[in-house]
Amino acid sequence: MEKISNFTGVGVPFRYSNVDTDQIIPAIYLKRITKTGYEDGLFSTLRQDPDFVLNQEPYKNPSVLVAGSDFGTGSSREHAVWALRDFGFKAVFSPKFADIFRSNCGKQGLVAGVISNSDTTKLWEAMEAQPGVELEVDLPSQTIRLGELEINFEIDEYTKWRLSEGLDDIGITLQNEDKIAEFESRRASWRPKTLPVKGD
Amino acid sequence: MAEKLTLAEKLWRDHLVVKGEDGAPDLIYIDLHLIHEVTSPQAFDGLRLAGRDIRRKDLTIATEDHNTPTKDIHLPIAEPTSAKQVQALRENTEEYGVRIHSLGDKNQGIVHVVGPQLGLTMPGITVVCGDSHTSTHGAFGALAMGIGTSEVEHVLATQTLPLKPFKTMAINVEGSLRPGVSAKDIILAIIAKIGTGGGQGYVLEYRGSAIRELSMEGRMTICNMSIEAGARAGMVAPDETTFEYLKGRPHAPEGKDWDEAMEYWKTLKTDEGAEFDAEVFINADELDPFVTWGTNPGQGVSLLGEVPDPESFEDPSDRESAKQALKYMDLQPGTKMKDISVDTVFLGSCTNSRIEDLRAAAKLIKGKKLAEGLTMMVVPGSQKVRIEAELEGLDKIFKDFGAEWRFAGCSACLGMNPDQVGEFKRAASTSNRNFVGRQGKNARTHLVSPVVAAATAIRGTLSAPSDLED
Ligand code: SF4
Repeated sequence: MEKISNFTGVGVPFRYSNVDTDQIIPAIYLKRITKTGYEDGLFSTLRQDPDFVLNQEPYKNPSVLVAGSDFGTGSSREHAVWALRDFGFKAVFSPKFADIFRSNCGKQGLVAGVISNSDTTKLWEAMEAQPGVELEVDLPSQTIRLGELEINFEIDEYTKWRLSEGLDDIGITLQNEDKIAEFESRRASWRPKTLPVKGD
Repeated sequence: MAEKLTLAEKLWRDHLVVKGEDGAPDLIYIDLHLIHEVTSPQAFDGLRLAGRDIRRKDLTIATEDHNTPTKDIHLPIAEPTSAKQVQALRENTEEYGVRIHSLGDKNQGIVHVVGPQLGLTMPGITVVCGDSHTSTHGAFGALAMGIGTSEVEHVLATQTLPLKPFKTMAINVEGSLRPGVSAKDIILAIIAKIGTGGGQGYVLEYRGSAIRELSMEGRMTICNMSIEAGARAGMVAPDETTFEYLKGRPHAPEGKDWDEAMEYWKTLKTDEGAEFDAEVFINADELDPFVTWGTNPGQGVSLLGEVPDPESFEDPSDRESAKQALKYMDLQPGTKMKDISVDTVFLGSCTNSRIEDLRAAAKLIKGKKLAEGLTMMVVPGSQKVRIEAELEGLDKIFKDFGAEWRFAGCSACLGMNPDQVGEFKRAASTSNRNFVGRQGKNARTHLVSPVVAAATAIRGTLSAPSDLED
């Protein structure tokens, strides 16, 4: 994974709340077996509307999504994160994320930062005043900058560390291989095993 | 004296491999990993790319459910991308030596029906699956949660997951359900009360006399929808009902193992005096059959109620989402729920497709006819449920009634396989999600219990079992 520290990119005022993962990417796109190439599925239903924000010229190459509350609810599909990433997004901000979505973001190098409701509105207004304006996202200081506006976002320390180091989860865990093996040696024999196959 | 712990905290303690320090998550051991065709291909891809193997094939099991057709299953899967996903699962499990139950196999079916049916799901274990309804398995007193595809890869490679401890929430459901009211109504009422985000960050523990009285199927229905309240996991402490359900199943412990397990399982309850981070109280005596009117599972009312007026919501975002929901659902505020007529009825999904669900519906429709103009599809949760139902003659009851009797799978629960509700059609569905487009493009979903589904199929309008009496 790429290390992330500080980047600038076009911000999108995404005035929707309660956006579930079916809306981010409908089930029909879940049938693929690859790990990339999901940009066409992103918000595909909303994008049918020519007035939809991502169809507007200034937002053609976006990298920061500023959404309303309860973003990423519903199904655990990681494709929602892949679709955002493949579309070019590097960060999503919202007053509230669904847990699974947020943790999926961290694993794919997408910054998911929590900002207050009032800061969300401020950002929306500022972006709408200059459509296509670039935001600066500074991960180390957890700040979003847009002109005079400087907004703090929350992200947990651990995810932040991983994003900035570009660390792969499995690699981190396998540093504890000996402890896993030790735990397994104590695992009670009544605990389930799928093999050998029993029954019919 | 020992620290007083909740059930969820005990399970956490007993699966802790490494305690996280300096904000790092804890490393938690996973006892059982369930796999299906949708969220696994990329995980296998990742393993392959990194040259890693599966750590514990003997704790891993796969089945095909989301994409599989529920009729003509002897034919090749028609839809090319569905066929490709299923094929990928077959190839991956073959390559890595993972047990799989494929279409046509007795133990093929919805992953959350298959685990319990095999006796692999048991109290005191951790269960994960790349599917948010993995919370279902919590009904056994297991810590069970849905994970994303990267986490699937992580579990395959390490049999562990880095997780932050959850907060705990007690959902106390006291009293007794009235006739015609069932587990589904309890959970819909809970979600309407705490909201679709109310359980976020929590493990829910369902407690109280009404929960104790429920069968395992009913408990699974409730735990299944924990995710609809925003919680990643929900659980019920194991008791005699649990042990009885489990005993004798193919993978349930036997002999000395069973005795040893029982000794441990009996300790699996929240200690007297342990504190939850939050508590919710529901009075089961007062519950009516529940039904959704909107496009998220929290937008529900009593079946005796009416479609709410969006203006009646205080919170502006609730008001806005109610407005959008009514537009999509094509409903007017003030319409009595019972006056809403439906086009189709779906009995199935990991929420309500177990034998008890089918029995409850069959009992009501026996000897009756499907309402004029309606269609109905009955989709058992697994092949085994289907076979069991056929031995009891339930298939005949459904077919005589005018319903279609299908093979096992996720079916119309999500618009991913040939079973869809149809554009602008209205469904009474025993599934768990009424999201926009969930059951097919522009399909309108009302979530209901199996008996409400049955009563609705008879009358053609959303109905309670008690409506059949007059
Ligand atoms: S039945 Fe529906 S909710 Fe359950 S696993 Fe299948 S698609 Fe998911």
